[in-house]
Amino acid sequence: MYGRALKPLALATAAGAALAFGLIFFYAPLDADQGFIQKIFYLHVPMAIVALLGFLAGGVMAAMHLRTRRRAWDMRSYVAIHLSIILAVGVLVTGSIWAKASWGHWWVWDEPMLVSFLIIFLLYAVYQPLRFSIDDPERQARYASVFAISGAAFTVLNFVAVRMAATYTHPRVFSQTGGNMPPAMFLTFLVALGAMALVFVTLWTLELGSKNAAERLRRARRHLQREADGREAGLGGEAGRPRPAAGAPAAVSVSAASAPTPAPR
Amino acid sequence: MIAATLAILRKDLRVELRAREAVPAMALFAVTAFVLFHFAFDRDALDGDVAAGTLWITLLLTTVLGVNRLFVAEREQGGLEAMLLAPIDRTAIFVAKAAALFLYLVAVEVVAVPAFALLLLGPDLLGSLPALAALLLLADLGLAAVGALVGALAAETRAREVIGPLLLLPLVVPLAIAGAQATEPLFTGSGAAEDLGRWLGLMGLYATIFVLLSVALFDFLLED
Repeated sequence: MYGRALKPLALATAAGAALAFGLIFFYAPLDADQGFIQKIFYLHVPMAIVALLGFLAGGVMAAMHLRTRRRAWDMRSYVAIHLSIILAVGVLVTGSIWAKASWGHWWVWDEPMLVSFLIIFLLYAVYQPLRFSIDDPERQARYASVFAISGAAFTVLNFVAVRMAATYTHPRVFSQTGGNMPPAMFLTFLVALGAMALVFVTLWTLELGSKNAAERLRRARRHLQREADGREAGLGGEAGRPRPAAGAPAAVSVSAASAPTPAPR
Repeated sequence: MIAATLAILRKDLRVELRAREAVPAMALFAVTAFVLFHFAFDRDALDGDVAAGTLWITLLLTTVLGVNRLFVAEREQGGLEAMLLAPIDRTAIFVAKAAALFLYLVAVEVVAVPAFALLLLGPDLLGSLPALAALLLLADLGLAAVGALVGALAAETRAREVIGPLLLLPLVVPLAIAGAQATEPLFTGSGAAEDLGRWLGLMGLYATIFVLLSVALFDFLLED
């Protein structure tokens, strides 16, 4: 079911990304203050917005999982959060590069967006360790959903708190809403945002499709295995089942141990 | 619901009074941390933002200890199964656990804040005590809610000693911001509060959100 949507999505993403890069490099005017480095804005800010929406969407999907009890929603939530964590790393790296280029420091504490992102990233970095240290798959889905919903609520709360603590000492070239941006820049920004959202949705669909396929494959293999076991038991159980040659791995380790070690220089 | 909550809370407090596992350890941790801060900063008396930060970070880290202990008896001795078998609302378990954590935190602060004033704080504590007490009580409310939720989340994982603190620390950042920002003017000598309402408001918002969230989500953690 995910495979069918993938092709048009991938085409739209390729077109959107190409259009966005074209606009960024050939259409959007150079920033008078910051020059060429300001172009990273068209990568950094859309990435941040999409990652944030991904975390929030992961929370909503987790709520759907707890409501409907369908495991598919947990899988959707998991993939959305996983992708958002990867995007969040990108946001921190691009933000850091931008900060170095325009303010001379790799990290600035008075940029509330960036600081909030670091805190949210640190929280969501625990999502996977939490998820995979629970063995029971049903409980894993439930606990991960509780985390995802709490995390989404915290994301909003955290922005309020960090913004309240921030002192604005740096001049802000753009307001967050883009209200004082020249129209050419704003249009480019919107296209870049759309392209980034398409990248996210395509990767999400792809990952979900592959997870689904892997799950179905595992189920089919288990089914076949059970069938084969049943047939074997019906035949009265063969005593001499073919075993992998026991000598092979031992030989490998012996040869590895006896291999000449490089002479210390 | 109320009777069940009180019964579980009474049980937790009785266990704590007899075994003394959480509160003395937390208080000892806080006082030891103050000694470490004295040597780390190499200062005999702190004031202003450094004093506020030291006090709040110590108290927030102390909470980690309390949260780690919160579900230990339930997990190790099968108390949770017994509670789940009883015909009570699961929310009662959450409310009782959060209330127990709240009382632990208040008890620890009754020891730790005077110890801080004695060991490290430069300016006089008495003038700023009412404002500080209001801040601490409101922060404890938020900490109790988020702590009970995180404790329950981490209790069923394999690496619970690691997952619990790692989850809790980013989640308490808003409280650290509000607490340190609001306490800094209290510790600058004059003892006058600035913007106190604003930071109390943020703490209140935090407590409200996490109480509601925990009440809504706690049932799903106990479904076995």
